[in-house]
Amino acid sequence: MAELGPLEAAGGLAAPGGFRLPRLSAQRIVLLWLPAAAVTAAVVLPVVYLVLRASEAGPATWDLLSRPQTARILGNSVGLAASVTAASWLLGASLALLTVRTDLPFRRFFAIAAALPLAVPSYVGAYLLAAALGPRGLLQEALEPVLGVTRLPSIYGFPGAFLALTLLSYPYVLLPVRAALQRMDPALEESARSLGHNTWGVLRRVTLPHLVPALLAGGLLVALYSLRDFGAVSLLRFTTFTRAIYIQYQSAFDRSSAAALSLVLVALTVVLLAMELRARHGEVRYASTGIGGKTAQVIRLGHWRWLALAYCLALVGVALVLPTGVLAYWLLRALQAGPELPTLLEATGHSLLASALAALATVVAALPIVILSVRYPSDRSRWLDRLAHIGFALPGVVVALALVFFGLRGAPWLYQTLPMLVLAYLVLFLPQATASLRSSLIQIPRQLEESGRSLGRQPLAVFHRVTLPLLRPGLMASAALVFLTTMKELQATLLLGPLGFRTLSTEIWSAVSEAFFAEAAGPALVLILTCSIPMAYFILRDQP
Amino acid sequence: MNHARTSDKAIIFLVLLAVLMAGCSPANDPAATTADLQSDPQPDLADLPPGALTVYSGRSESLVGPILQAFSQVSGIETGVRWGSTSELAVTLLEEGELSPADVFFAQDPGGLGAVAEQLAPLPSSILDLVDRRFRDPAGRWVGISGRARVVVYNTEALTEADLPDSLEGFTDPAWRGRIGWAPTNASFQTMVTAMRAAWGEAATRQWLEAMQANQPVVYDGNTPIVAAVGAGEIEVGLVNHYYLYRFLDEEGAGFAARNYFLPDGGPGSLVMVAGAGVLQSSANKEAAFELIEYLLSAEAQAYFAEQTKEYPLAAGVEPAADLIPLAELNAIDMPLTSLADLEGTVILLRQTGVLP
Repeated sequence: MAELGPLEAAGGLAAPGGFRLPRLSAQRIVLLWLPAAAVTAAVVLPVVYLVLRASEAGPATWDLLSRPQTARILGNSVGLAASVTAASWLLGASLALLTVRTDLPFRRFFAIAAALPLAVPSYVGAYLLAAALGPRGLLQEALEPVLGVTRLPSIYGFPGAFLALTLLSYPYVLLPVRAALQRMDPALEESARSLGHNTWGVLRRVTLPHLVPALLAGGLLVALYSLRDFGAVSLLRFTTFTRAIYIQYQSAFDRSSAAALSLVLVALTVVLLAMELRARHGEVRYASTGIGGKTAQVIRLGHWRWLALAYCLALVGVALVLPTGVLAYWLLRALQAGPELPTLLEATGHSLLASALAALATVVAALPIVILSVRYPSDRSRWLDRLAHIGFALPGVVVALALVFFGLRGAPWLYQTLPMLVLAYLVLFLPQATASLRSSLIQIPRQLEESGRSLGRQPLAVFHRVTLPLLRPGLMASAALVFLTTMKELQATLLLGPLGFRTLSTEIWSAVSEAFFAEAAGPALVLILTCSIPMAYFILRDQP
Repeated sequence: MNHARTSDKAIIFLVLLAVLMAGCSPANDPAATTADLQSDPQPDLADLPPGALTVYSGRSESLVGPILQAFSQVSGIETGVRWGSTSELAVTLLEEGELSPADVFFAQDPGGLGAVAEQLAPLPSSILDLVDRRFRDPAGRWVGISGRARVVVYNTEALTEADLPDSLEGFTDPAWRGRIGWAPTNASFQTMVTAMRAAWGEAATRQWLEAMQANQPVVYDGNTPIVAAVGAGEIEVGLVNHYYLYRFLDEEGAGFAARNYFLPDGGPGSLVMVAGAGVLQSSANKEAAFELIEYLLSAEAQAYFAEQTKEYPLAAGVEPAADLIPLAELNAIDMPLTSLADLEGTVILLRQTGVLP
C-alpha cells in the first residue's frame, strides 16, 4: 500500500489522499473500529490459547524445540511453502491471463474447471494423487500392458507434497488475478500500446505491475495454506511443522509441546506477513471504474493456441479430471451396494447451510477491517489487517481446541452449536475474505466517494450508495472463496459442530479413514459438484 | 445493478436450499423406512432430551454407527455421537475438563483412554468382570470392547508364507531392505513398541528399532494406507492390525493381493490390543452410560464386532469370525495393561532412534 503523508491524508491533494472522514468521528469508531477490534480479538484467541498452554510446558518441550531435527522440519515447512507459492504464481497467473485475455478455445470452461480443485479436501486430493500416481498406482496399472512399466518413481516425500499442495492451492492465485484482470481499466493498456509497446511489452510494463496486489494476496494465502496443511503432507509422508504438531497430539496427547510448536508457526506467519507488507510498498494502485467500460483487447495466440490448450488440458486433467475420475470409479463400485441417499442429502444440506452462513459472517466481519486498512491507512489499521491472517496459518485442530477452551468457559450456551461452528470458520478463513476484498476496494477510486460526500451525503449513505455497489463483485468473490473452503473444512466441524452434525467433509473423512473408499466417492463428488455451481455462476457472470 | 441483485438471490437460494435439505434429514424423512434410520433421531441443531447420552467416539461411524443405533433402539435411550479421531477427541476432553458435555468416550486404543483416565469414573465390577483382566484398565476406569491383533500383511504375488520370518526379529535381516512398511505415528504401532520394551527390555528394543531403520522401512500414515500399498505391490510386507485387510477384501474381492500372516513365534508381534470405552466422571447420566457399555459387551454387540468389523470379541463367549485364528491359539504375548502404560517412554525412544521425527 502506498504510504500516505499526513498532509496528503488531510485532504486537498487529488488522487490517493482525497476523501476522509473527520478525525476519529464517533461514527467511525462505532461502525469501523469497534467491529474490527472485536473480530480481530476473536481471531487472536487461538494465539492467546497457545501462549497459555505453552507456558505450562516443562523441560521436555524445550528439549523438543531445541533439537536440530526441529530446525530441519522448520526448513521443510518453509521450503514447501516457498516452492508451492512460486509454482502457484506461475500456474495461477498464466491460467488467469489465458482465460481472461486470450482467444484460448473453451476458455470459459477452463476458467471454471481450473478453479475447482479448491473444493477438493487435501486429504482426499493427496489420497487420490497417491492412488493414481503412486509407484504401483492406477497410472502404472494402465502403463504396464503397453510399456511394461512395473514401477513408477516414488512420489512420496517432497515431490508428492509439493505436487498435491500446488494442485490444490493455485486457485487462491487464479481467482484474485482473474478478478484484477477483469477490473483493470483497458485504457491503461491501450495507452501503452499507442506509445509503441508490443503485446509482450504491455503485459510486462502495464498488466503485470497491475496484478501485483492480487499476486501478493493470493501468494500469501497459498503460503499459509501450505504451512497449515496436514492431510496432504501426512498421506504423502513429508514431515512439516504442522505434521510435527499433530504427532504431539497423536502420540503423546501433549498439549503444551504442541502449543509451543504452534507458536513457532505463528512466528513464521508474522515474518511472512511482514514480508508481504514490505512487498506491498512497491504496489501500484490504479483506480478504475471498470463498470460499463470498454473491454480489454483480446490477445490473439495464433498457433500458440494449441500449445496453450494442451497446457490447460494437462493441468485440468491432473488437478480435476484425475481425482474425479478415481472418485467416479469408486462410486461405480459403490452403486452395487446402493448409495445411502438420505444421509447424503442431509450431509449436503448441512454443508451448504454451514458454508453459506460462514461466507456471510466472514465477509461482514472482514469489511470493517478492510475499509480501515485501505481508506484510513495507519499503523494501527494495517496491523489489524495483518492480525486477521494469524489464524490461517494454524492447523485446524489448534484453532478448534482454542475455541473448545474459550467457548466452553466463555459462552457455554453456545458450545458446540452452529453459531460457534460459524465463529470457528470465521477465525480460520477471515484472511481469505480480507485478501480479496482488499484488492477490490483498492481499485475503487476515492474520488467517487468524495463526490458523494461533496453532494452532502453522510459517509454511511455514501458507502451504501457508492462504495457497496462497486464493491459487490469483490464481496461475492470473497464470499465464494470462504464458501468453498468451508465446504471442505474438517477439524473444527468435527470438534465444534452440533452433535450429529454430518457434513460432506465429515462423511468423506469417516469413510476414507476406515478404507471404505466406495462410500467416500458419493459425498466427495457431491462436494465438488456443489462447489462448481457457485463457481460457474460467478465466472459466467463476469465473463459473458 | 441487475447482476448484483441476481447474485443476492443466488445466495438466498443457496441458504434456502440448505435449510430445505437439512430438513430432509433421515430423521424426518418418511421415505427413509430402514429400521436403523427410524431409530436414529439425529439431534441436528436441537439439544438432546434429558436422559439422552452424548458419546465421543474415536471409532468411526462406518464401524460402530450401526451398533450405537441398535443400542438406542433396544434401550430407548437416545444417543448423540460426536465422531472424530481418538487423539483429537481425547485432547478435546482434556480441554473440556469438568465441563465436558460427553457421557461416554469410545476410543480406538488404550492410549486415548489412558490420556483422559483421570476424568473417567470407576466402572461397576459387574461390567469389568465381563472382560478378561488383560483387556481392561487395572484401575477399573475403562474396559476393552473389542480386540485387534498385530499381524504382518504381505503381498501374495511377491511372497508366500514360507518366505516370512517366524518373529518380528526376522525383519531386521538386510534382505528386507526397502520392502517393509510401517506407521510409527499410529497408536497400535506405538503400543506394540511399548510391549517390546516390557518383554525384551529397553536395549533390545532400541537395537530392533535401529536395525529396522537401517532397512529403510517405508513410512505410512496409518494401517489403511499400508494395507493398500501391500495390495498394490508398492511394498511387500507391512506391520499392521489384523482387521483392515477384510475391508479391502470386501471392496476389491478375493483378487486383492494381500493376506494376513500371524507370526508363529508371537511375542509383541502378535500383541492383542483393545478398543475400549469409559464413562466420564463429569457425566450427569452415568447409569445410562453404564447401560451402553454393558450393551456393547452383550452377546448381540460382541457378535456384531466379530462379524461386521472382524475384530476379536472379548465377552459373552462369542467366537471370532471363522477366518480368524482364535484368541487362545494366537500365541499372543500375555502382557498386563499396566506394562503398556508407558507411552511417553516409547515416544522418546522412537524419537531417539529417528523413527519418529
